[in-house]
Amino acid sequence: MTVADVVRSTAPNSEGYFEFTLGEFHFRRDEYFVYISWPTGSHMMSVDAFLRAMQRDVAWDFFYGTVNFDGVFGTVNHYGTVDIFAGRFNDSYRKAELDYSENHETPAIRETFKSILADWTNAAFDPFASPHETGAAFGIKNGDNDSAVTRRRIAARRMVAVPGDEEIRTDESGFPVNRMFLDVDQSEPVVEVEPGFEGEVAAFNLFAYLSRSDVTWNPSVVSQCKDSLFCPTTEEYILPIIHGNDRVEWFVQLSDEITWAVEDRDTGAMRSRVTMKAGDVAAMPADIRHQGYSPKRSMLLVWENNSSAIPDLIASGKLPTYPIEF
Amino acid sequence: MSSGKPAAGGGTERSEYTTIFASLDNFDKGGVEIINDDARHYAFSNLFEVASKSKPWEKVAVAKNLEYVLEAVRAEGVSEWRTAAHDEFAVCMDGEVTVDLVKLDSSPLSADAQGSIAVNGEPAGKKMGRIHLKRGHQALLPAGSAYRFTSANPGVLMMQTIAGPDTQYRWAEICQTA
Ligand SMILES: [Fe+2]
Repeated sequence: MTVADVVRSTAPNSEGYFEFTLGEFHFRRDEYFVYISWPTGSHMMSVDAFLRAMQRDVAWDFFYGTVNFDGVFGTVNHYGTVDIFAGRFNDSYRKAELDYSENHETPAIRETFKSILADWTNAAFDPFASPHETGAAFGIKNGDNDSAVTRRRIAARRMVAVPGDEEIRTDESGFPVNRMFLDVDQSEPVVEVEPGFEGEVAAFNLFAYLSRSDVTWNPSVVSQCKDSLFCPTTEEYILPIIHGNDRVEWFVQLSDEITWAVEDRDTGAMRSRVTMKAGDVAAMPADIRHQGYSPKRSMLLVWENNSSAIPDLIASGKLPTYPIEF
Repeated sequence: MSSGKPAAGGGTERSEYTTIFASLDNFDKGGVEIINDDARHYAFSNLFEVASKSKPWEKVAVAKNLEYVLEAVRAEGVSEWRTAAHDEFAVCMDGEVTVDLVKLDSSPLSADAQGSIAVNGEPAGKKMGRIHLKRGHQALLPAGSAYRFTSANPGVLMMQTIAGPDTQYRWAEICQTA
């Protein structure tokens, strides 16, 4: 499926925005809100929260497991197809049997979401930015910000700075140091390479690399040991989604501090609050969902096991939902 | 109140920010506040605290996802030479660590071996190079190479690797349990 196949209204509404349809889900926005409807119900979200959430869902290609835009609406990744749902991980909707879900081929939902994001993001708003860094999402249609919403997804195949792989970030490549990381040392490691080993002897300044990230809450791969992926990210303000795991996920707080609100993945009932300071390491069990709060821009290492076998092993109970028995 | 400057979002932000990193000598742990769960499910620890209680070059697992691990390593003095059949990565979290790399003429490991092992004596093979790591720097330890770390003062490495015969497990000692 391509952009040309996305189902949208023939003309913009009175605020200047197109309306979109995917399966039985219908999406429209006005100055402040997004209105989502499906055969058994409807929902409203702030357009600011909605666009920030949709930006992550698209940028991560639906990520691991569940991306809850809020307590009602979201997506579940099946890695080839994606469920789009309403009320599925909400105890009240489930008990009232009002929850609703559709499965779509990944390209269909990807192109629809990209089209919504492109049309509904105005020139002054960058959904990846922290609230201090961007103008408002609100108001009638006023230009667009395609370069912001179509940033290239970064995924090193071996490691950043290995010749032929992802490059380090510099002023010249368009990645200045973020205003909250101006005190982060920018020196690159000294690497002495013997002739013939130029492609294998490599190192880079990870903290400097992260200090130059121009997005928040957007993990990207910097190194890969088989299915073990280092996916560090810089965080400021609130994770715009509530992430539901389909596998155990680990966090290493590299700098500053984040607090996580951890809920039961299926019902949303609170399970814990996790406060992580620099050097702290914690697992997030496979049956939770979480949302992070970062008072100052911070560096977080998200560590993932990318094995495609894991979701079924967890779902069938063959693997425990927590990582270590002790 | 500190001085500020106008931010794009309409608010006022500080004109200067301080980034907090931790070190062997200076770390401050957070923790898990349980509402309805078991703290052990989060295996909450701190890299610097673990390294502060480790012997030099011990490979203590602080995170594990099936066969994969992250290890906290206290870097102090000169390590043994080690090798793995797969890529590994070392992030210098504190101090300054030098990495020497040698391409082994023949690996003692099968191609599918998991984790690293010690190389007996001096490694036989061509010198690949040397990397000087400071805090925040990450190095590739290429599959099939032998590597040795040197750190004049105590430092901390975080290793991205697969659990091997020398990975140490001390969960009950390092993790929050209640
Ligand atoms: Fe997550």
